[in-house]
Amino acid sequence: MLGNVYINAAYIFAAAFFVLGLKLLGKPSTARKGNLLSAIGMLIAIVATLLSYDIVSWNWILVGAAIGMVVGVAASRLIAMTAMPEMVAVFNGLGGGASLLVGWVALFGSVDLFISITAMISMVIGGMTFSGSAIAWGKLSETITSRALVFAGQRFVNSAILIALVVCVVMFVLEPASDSPYLYAVIGLALLLGIMAVIPIGGADMPVVISLLNSYSGLAACAAGFAINNVILIVSGSLVGAAGFILTNIMCKAMNRSLPNVLFSGFGAAKATTKVDGEVNPISAEDATLILEAASSVAFVPGYGMAVAQAQHVLCELGELLEDHGTEVSYAIHPVAGRMPGHMNVLLAEANVSYDQLIEMNDINPRLESIDVAVVIGANDVVNPAARTDENSPIYGMPIINVDQAKTVFVLKRTMASGFAGIDNPLFFGANTRMLFGDAKASISAMISEFKG
Amino acid sequence: MEVIFLALILVLSIFLGFELISKVPSTLHTPLMSGANAISGITLVGALLAAGAGAASPLLATVLGVVAVTFATINVVGGYLVTDRMLGMFKKRGAKK
Repeated sequence: MLGNVYINAAYIFAAAFFVLGLKLLGKPSTARKGNLLSAIGMLIAIVATLLSYDIVSWNWILVGAAIGMVVGVAASRLIAMTAMPEMVAVFNGLGGGASLLVGWVALFGSVDLFISITAMISMVIGGMTFSGSAIAWGKLSETITSRALVFAGQRFVNSAILIALVVCVVMFVLEPASDSPYLYAVIGLALLLGIMAVIPIGGADMPVVISLLNSYSGLAACAAGFAINNVILIVSGSLVGAAGFILTNIMCKAMNRSLPNVLFSGFGAAKATTKVDGEVNPISAEDATLILEAASSVAFVPGYGMAVAQAQHVLCELGELLEDHGTEVSYAIHPVAGRMPGHMNVLLAEANVSYDQLIEMNDINPRLESIDVAVVIGANDVVNPAARTDENSPIYGMPIINVDQAKTVFVLKRTMASGFAGIDNPLFFGANTRMLFGDAKASISAMISEFKG
Repeated sequence: MEVIFLALILVLSIFLGFELISKVPSTLHTPLMSGANAISGITLVGALLAAGAGAASPLLATVLGVVAVTFATINVVGGYLVTDRMLGMFKKRGAKK
């Protein structure tokens, strides 16, 4: 059994491993090692805690840990890469839920003002993370509609919940007791607020929500650390909180919107008015293949539609065929393409695309004018030139991948339906644009067999 | 004094977090997020202390602690493994299967 000094010494080591691990996670070549180091840090923290004087009963811990291990291992092995956004949402939610419970248990001991306030904070943030992640999971897995759910008086209702929550927190802190009715009210209201906060957010804004929930799960752990006076929780929780916040910020910038705008506007629920008229030029898979064969450089621009059609593997096969043919192939990836930060990169990496071929928006844009064919697969709003040209467009000012500047653009699309934002895309009517209608996977497979044949 | 000390740790950790993450390429955003998420499972440490307090704490506290241990273990174990699985797929040309 270890005394406090040894435990805290172990926590310092754990914190160092976390910091080092996060640093190495920032480079593709060292990322895997970084994750391993961070896992070692976690192991050190857990073992040190288990050896402390404070733990006197093991049986229940073993039960909980065994269930957690089995579920965790199974989930991480069985989950399909395309389902990664909802997986991350579930893990976020469980972390938040655990912090809620840790804060709650802290109230059973001797409680002073500081503990009751910090426990309340960890319960509120943890509860919101838990229920908010549950809704995010539902939206991402299409268990519930991924559209933004907006109703009249929503802001009024949410403000009322928030005020009631603050009142209950204050009432509890004034007279803290582990069986106070205000305690249960706080838990209920925090869970309700988490649901209400995520409901009005539409599918394409999910990258922001997931990073924000990620940040919350860290902050909840951090607050729980204050409540139980544990340094490693504070350090790691705030590291994660800061990291999640940075990602949130990057995602908002990539959509040229502020965080409040994403959270409260119910974007995607409103119908835009700008209409584009013009002729679209359809193309067959045979003709598209002929043009691809003649091209010396091709850029693929994937979006959420690629994930839906599960087209990443055939896309990679087509890319490799083109490369063997001597074509320069790159994959241009918008920061908010898909349903979570970096979603497209993970799918393409799964399909064996080399990571040095995955090009960020700001690096590909200056080169697009010299690219022969840009192939848009299931992306819409992130390649909509209206963001550059049409001041009335709801996405005006959002940085996009300027595929319209490439010599030829292929758009693989099921129908002419508009994208998530519900706005027409002038790209489809461009003189250099050819529309290849049909399921993206089927279209690409058709091109592959044409190419081989 | 204790509170000031903890607050200092909080502020420094937040700055460190900002510094560490701000330069990560977007290619790695998903593994970074899920790796960070696994770290937020550190709340498991608190959960272990809550579940292991034994007869000294009320039954409800132990039950809540055990549920917390289960949640946090899923978060930690699943988070690290899935991140590793994802990162294992990021390969450079030449290293392909």
